[in-house]
This record gives sequence, C-alpha cells and structure tokens, in this order.
Amino acid sequence: MSLLLILIIPILTAGAVLLCKTDEQVKWTALAGSLAQLGVSVALYFLFVRERAITGQESLILFEERYPLLSDAGIFLHVGADGITVGMILLTSFVLAAGVLASWNIVYRVKEFFLLLLLLALGAFGFFISQNLFLLFFFLELSVIPKFLLISIWGSGKKEYSANKLALMLMGGSALILTGILLLYFNGGRTFEIHSLSRVVFSDRLQQVVFALLFVGFGVFTALFPFHTWVPDGHSSAPTAGSMFLAGISMKLGGFGCLKIAMYLLPEGALYFSHIIIVLSVIGILYGALATMMQKDLKYINAYSSVSHVAFSLLGMGMLTQTAITGAVMQMISHGVMTALFFAVIGMVYERTHTRMIQEMSGLMKTMPFIATVFFISGLCSLGLPGFSGFVSEMTVLTGSWEKDSVFHRTVTIAAAASLVVTAVYILRATTKIMMGPPQLPGENAVTDANTKERSAAILLTAGIVWIGLFPAWLTALIKPDVQQIMKRIAGL
Amino acid sequence: MTDFFLLLKNELGLCVLLLFLLVMKISGRDNASFLLPAMQWLLLFNFVFSLLFNSGGRLFGGMFDTSPLLAFQKAILNLALYLSSLLFESWLRKSAHLAEFFLLTLSSLLGFFLLISSAHFLMFYLSLELATLPVAALAGFAPMEKRSSEAAMKMILSAAFSSAVLLFGISLIYGLAGTLYFKEVPAALKEHPLTWLAVLFLIAAFAFKLSVVPFHLWTADVYEGAPASVSSYLSVISKGAVAFVFVSALHKIFVPLKGQIQPVLLGLTLITILIGNLFALRQQNIKRFLAFSSITQAGYILFAISSLKAESFTPVIYFIIIYIFSNLAAWSVASVMSSSAGKENQHDYAGLYYRNRFLAVALVLSLVSLAGIPPAAGFFGKWFLILQGASAAKGIITVFVALNLILSLYYYLKWIWVVFQNTNAGSDTITPTRMEKTGLILCVAGILLIGFWGDLYRYIVELVKPF
Repeated sequence: MSLLLILIIPILTAGAVLLCKTDEQVKWTALAGSLAQLGVSVALYFLFVRERAITGQESLILFEERYPLLSDAGIFLHVGADGITVGMILLTSFVLAAGVLASWNIVYRVKEFFLLLLLLALGAFGFFISQNLFLLFFFLELSVIPKFLLISIWGSGKKEYSANKLALMLMGGSALILTGILLLYFNGGRTFEIHSLSRVVFSDRLQQVVFALLFVGFGVFTALFPFHTWVPDGHSSAPTAGSMFLAGISMKLGGFGCLKIAMYLLPEGALYFSHIIIVLSVIGILYGALATMMQKDLKYINAYSSVSHVAFSLLGMGMLTQTAITGAVMQMISHGVMTALFFAVIGMVYERTHTRMIQEMSGLMKTMPFIATVFFISGLCSLGLPGFSGFVSEMTVLTGSWEKDSVFHRTVTIAAAASLVVTAVYILRATTKIMMGPPQLPGENAVTDANTKERSAAILLTAGIVWIGLFPAWLTALIKPDVQQIMKRIAGL
Repeated sequence: MTDFFLLLKNELGLCVLLLFLLVMKISGRDNASFLLPAMQWLLLFNFVFSLLFNSGGRLFGGMFDTSPLLAFQKAILNLALYLSSLLFESWLRKSAHLAEFFLLTLSSLLGFFLLISSAHFLMFYLSLELATLPVAALAGFAPMEKRSSEAAMKMILSAAFSSAVLLFGISLIYGLAGTLYFKEVPAALKEHPLTWLAVLFLIAAFAFKLSVVPFHLWTADVYEGAPASVSSYLSVISKGAVAFVFVSALHKIFVPLKGQIQPVLLGLTLITILIGNLFALRQQNIKRFLAFSSITQAGYILFAISSLKAESFTPVIYFIIIYIFSNLAAWSVASVMSSSAGKENQHDYAGLYYRNRFLAVALVLSLVSLAGIPPAAGFFGKWFLILQGASAAKGIITVFVALNLILSLYYYLKWIWVVFQNTNAGSDTITPTRMEKTGLILCVAGILLIGFWGDLYRYIVELVKPF
C-alpha cells in the first residue's frame, strides 16, 4: 500500500465535494471520503504491524516513498511512517469521520465548510507522514487559513477576535519553527531530510538554541504554558467540528513536533531544557485545572481542561524516561479522541438547548438520555476513571515521572497528580448540575435525543476511548520501538 | 548583423509594438474595440517571442550586454505586461487615451529592458530615465482627478530627486575610477571615503525605486492616486525590474565592498519589513494597503539580496514571477471594484464572497499568496527568499524577519475576513469582463501551480549558474 493514499483520499474527496451540486451530496461525499480514509488508516495499522514483524528491525520507518520535488534545494516528497505516526493517523481519521458526522446539521455554506474541514485534515495527515522538514512545514502552514475561516465564518461568540488570535499565535509558532528548520539546514549539511539530519552531530550550543526555537514553536500549537491563551478562545468560538479538530488534532501536531522533531533531532537540547519543560508543563496542568473550575460555559470547561490534559503529555516528554514518553504519546492520542467526543457532545447539547451555560440546564438525563450518557462517559474519561483511555495514559505518565527520584521530580509529579482531584471536582460538578435534577431548559422547545448520525459519531469515538482504556497493550506495542529510539539518542549523550 | 537583431530582439520587439501604436494613432484607428484586442494578442506574441532564440553577447562597444538570464528577466516583464492588458480591460476600455497608455507603458518597459542589459553607467542612467518619465505621465493619467495629478507631481519630483542622487553617485564613481564600464569599475575602485559615499548614493537610488524604507514616502500616495493599472505597473513591473538590476549591479560593481554593504542592506531590510507591516495594519483603502504590502514584499526581496551572492538571483527571479501573479490579481480585483462604483475602502469589500464569488476567491488566493501561506505559490517564493537571506544573516535577524510574518498575516487575514463577512452591505453587481476573467484565471492557476512546478525553479538555477 502506498502511504501517499493517506494524502490522495482527502484531496480527491475535496475535489469531489467541489463538484457536488446539493448540500446533501456534499455531506455524503465527505462522509464517504472520511470513512474510506478511516478504512485505509485501520488497514495501515495492520499492515504496519505485519511489516514490522517481518522486517524484525523494530524502530524502522516503513512504507517510505521519496520523490524529488526540488532536489537542489533539499526538497523531497518524502513520506514514511513509524509507530507513533500510525497512531496519530488513526487518531486523525477517527476524529475526521466523527467530525463529518457531527457536522451533519450545518446549513450555512455547507460546501465551503466541508472543503475547509478536509483541507484541515489534509494538513494534519501530511504533517504526520512527512520525513522532510520542508514538507512538514508546508503541511503545518497549510491549515492556517482553514482554521481561521472555520472559526470566523461558522463560529460563535467573539469569533473574529478568536480566529485572529489563534491564527496569529500559531503563525508565531510557525515563525520560530521556520527559523529552527533553517538553522538545522545551514548547520546540518544543507538538507531538510529528517533522516540525514538525525545523523549530523550538532554542537551543544546550536542544539540548545534550535531546540528552544522548535520546542517553543511547536509548543504554541500544543498550548505550552504561557502560550496557551489561544486555546480557550479558539475552541469556544469554533463550530463543533472545528473544536473537535483543533483540540483533537491540531494541538497534537505540536506535541508530535516537540517529540519527533525537536527531541529526536536535538537530544542534547532536550536534556538541557528538561527542567524548564517540566516546570512549564506542571504550571500548565495546575493552571488549566484550576481555571476550569471557574468556568460556566461548557466549551470553556473543555478548552481549559484540554490545556491541562495536553500539558500532561508535555510533562511526560520533559521527564525523559521511557515510560513517561510512552505515556506522553498515549496521552496525545487518548486526549485527542476524548476531547473530540466531549466537543461533539457539547455541540449536540448546544444545538438542542441553545445554551452552553451550566446554570441554565439541568436534568438532561431525562430529556436526552443518549447524549447525557455520552457526556457522562467523556467526563469520566477526562477525570481519569479506570477503564477509559485517560486513566491509562495519565497513569503511565505519572509512573514514568516517578521513576526519577530527585526531590524536584518527585515534587512536580505529586503536584501533577494532585490536579486529578481538581479535575474530578469540576467534571463531577458540571455533570451533576446538567444531568441530574428536574428537567429545565431555556425556552419551551421540545428536545429530541441524538439522531443516527450523531449517535454514530459518538459511538465511534467512545469505542476509541474504551478500546484504548481496556486494551492499551496494542498501543504501547505500537509506539514502544520509536520511543526506545528517542530514548537511545538521549541516553547516548 | 544577425547578431545585432538577435541580441536586441526583445528591445526591437517593443519598438515594433511602439511603431504599430504610433501608426494606429496617426491613422485614427485607436478605438478600444479594435486596439485593445490587437494589443492583447501582440503582447502575448511578444511574450512568447521573448522566450525564444535567446543568446548572450555585447553590443555598442560593450555598453549593452545580454545573456539568456537577462533575456529571461525581460520575458518575465513581458508576461506581466501581457497579464495587465487582460486584467485591467474594463478600465482600459473606458480610458479615452488607450493608445497613449500603451505607448507610455511600452516606452517605460523599453527603458527597463535597456536598464537590465546596460553595462555602462551612462547607458544605465539614460535607460533609467526612459523607464521612469513615462510612468510619471501615467500616474497623472486621469488629469481631471485631483489625486491623480497630485500623484503624478509627487512621482516626478521624487523621481527627479532620486535621479539627481544617482547621477551624483555616478559622477563620484567616474571621478574615482576613471571609467564607467561596469566590468572595469570594481578593479579601479580604491579604498576611499568617497567610494563609500558613491556606493551609498547608488544604493539610495535603487532603494528609491524599490520603495525601501526610508525612501518609501512617495509610494502610498502615488499608488493611491494613480489608476490601479498604473499602480500595479509600478508595484510589479517596475519593482521587479529594479530588483533584477539591483542584484546584478551589486554583483558586478560592488563586489570589492561586500563587507561594508551587507550591514547596510540588512538594516534597510529590517526597517522596511517592520515599517511596511506597521503601516499596512491600519490601511482602509485597498490601494494604500497594497502599497504598504508591496513595501514589505520589497523588504523580503532585499533580505535575499543582502546575502550578496550570485545565487540570490534565483530566489529573487522566482519570487518576482510568483509576485506578478499574486499582486496583479489583487490589483485587478481592486480595479474592477473601483471602476464599478469607485469603491476602494475596506468596508466596500464586505461580503464580496456573496456578491461575486469569482472575484472574491481570486482576491483571497492572491492575499494568501502574498502572505506566504501554502498551498499558494507565495509560500514557496518567500521560503526561498528567506532561505537565501538566512544563508548569510545571523540567526537573530532571521527570527526577526520570520516573526514579521505574523504582523503581515494579521492584515491579510483582516481583508480575507472582510471578504467573507456576512453583511447586506452593497447589493450592486460587480461583473468582470471576459478577458479580465481569463486573466484572473491565469493568475489563480499561477498562484496554485507555480509552487509545485519544480522545473521552473531548476530552470532558473541553470540560468543563474554561469552568471
């Protein structure tokens, strides 16, 4: 199977969407495309596992394809997948399919909406499989305009402000990444190929500078404290599918970049900045959790809790132990699915009640039992109940952190663990308020429970979190060799 | 003799067009319905012709110098003029002086062609004058409009000033080196404070034409006052040609002074990008906005030039090609909007997407390309400019240049947002003509495809190698 299929399907789907005449056709085409993509991704997983078993060499990039685009300038269309990539691709296609299903009720400018959604997905898929830094940067930037337009056209609230803030902050991150990439290019023998750069021995000083540029740059994407401020505004103003994508996938681009580009290429830099990363991410964890407690708007709750959850994966990376980094990758995937589910459900609630304020709702369990149940599930996953993916991944991060036995590491681990209590407080408080009690809704309108499309979206994502929660072994097996390779580079110093 | 025709073929081509125009004007066949399509076809033919049979050589005792690379630059300018003749059709059709418009633009273009090929300071100065004076006349092309006359006045005064500075620089060089031939000057230049002054004057003259800060003050007023087609000529063709000449002049003449020139150019780059960005933030008028945006773009071009290597030709040429498509599309939309109801302000563009989807998409794509966001070609153009600049500049300067992309993204996004804004403002229909549509489709195709057309970049690299 050619890995380029991962890019071709969204492009073809977007082309088909362009040709559609009616809104209904657009939706079905987008759905067909995203389901095909999901199928290909699942197939990719099985093929990858089989291929890896055959070759025996574990930490290999498989399905590599390399075509010169501008070989003089070091630009190649070079794609390939390792275990972490496959995990990310699975996540992205799950969220894409669910996002299309959850957007079924869009009535305004349907064609443009799905076109931008597909372009956004294309950027993410391309980013994950790029083995060339130019290509990677290209795909990272590709999603700037779709994000901006999705929020500013279909968004709600102060959408212009949010869209601008998000686009500009992410552009700032990109600018730092660009400089980092150029420094690597000029000091690494004029190449953008990740494979060739990984063999270059950079001086310590250069590693520190470039690591800082790349980690902060990607950190902006993944809401590294104090660059998280675009998250609450962006997530809460975006339309449902937009929030699902932003929190579920776009933030993961940053995490993936931090790990697979910054830490992998510049292990000395990672070692040097380890303490700073840990401190920033613990601040992010605690700040996100505490800020969540103060929120009254469901989307803000999930946005701030995303800041906290994503910081867990940064914490795992900063710890630089095998277990913690494994946990970090699991947390990225787990949080991606979970937060997409959460935003999808919030969208469904909002569509029916026309409010996202906790104070204005109660007793949803009686009026819309399915939605309420899913809401409850995603809440429980968020607070880390065993059996769901959140527990497995956060536990792994914390276990990995505990392996470091200095006072500093122990203290921050305890602090991070303490945030779980705060999470439980806000999740339980919010769910109790809106689920239980006598049914009360703003307005007199009769509400209906989720329809088939919404149910399928919810079931798809719920299956994801339960699957990872109950059987995490497949995921750890998938990413273990790649984490080991990163660890080897760090330990080799 | 064949050599003479072959080497001068691009200039002669323009002369033939000029003669044709003169004859048509004298014989009274200068009505738009005949002359405009005729010119469009002739310009297209001229562009294709300029791509063929290019060779290198010297003429006129070494004052005129051409090579396939220089001929390619001329072809690029020809392409830009051809696209303009399509893109501003409705304005040209309405204009009472169609023949004069083409006479003036073609004379100015002839000036630029000779400028690109000049190998002697005298030739250089004369052709620069030939290139500039017709543009001043063009800026005043709507003599009944106050702003247009004002623009022409500003243009001619500032052009005269920059010419004076240039002439002074040239005379200093002649005094110091005793020769005006480009290839003899570097060897004859001695370390002397006056050399330094002469170089500064020359750089200032170039900066003037490129509208680099702090020599940019005329830009916004002239762009706003002049008709959109003239402004686009200034911001695309004139700027492109001067950028080409600047690269080769730096390379041919100032090689011995590299060490001193680079900090000056970097300094100019930084303030140009910053000031251009800051002023563009607040512009409500699309012409002024495009003026400041083009100042910023000049800053990025200057960043690549500041590496002072022969290879900096490649990204500059590549970027100018992309810039032609992106910027001309934006100017064309501005012209269509302005000629439909005299609308030039930001709020007039509100909800353009719901009134004319075609124009809106073309405008948005061109802005995306100017902002340097993929998949538009501008991303590739800017990438190579910054790559070239970063090869010689310190990391911190590259960070500064890159961070400025945020600022520029802000104002481009603002315009994009306005285009998609859902308002009921203005329900009047805006319809571009068929040729304008064709031109815009060409531009959009260029914006979307050039970046992925690696052969073009490779072709330019090959052309630049012997330079």
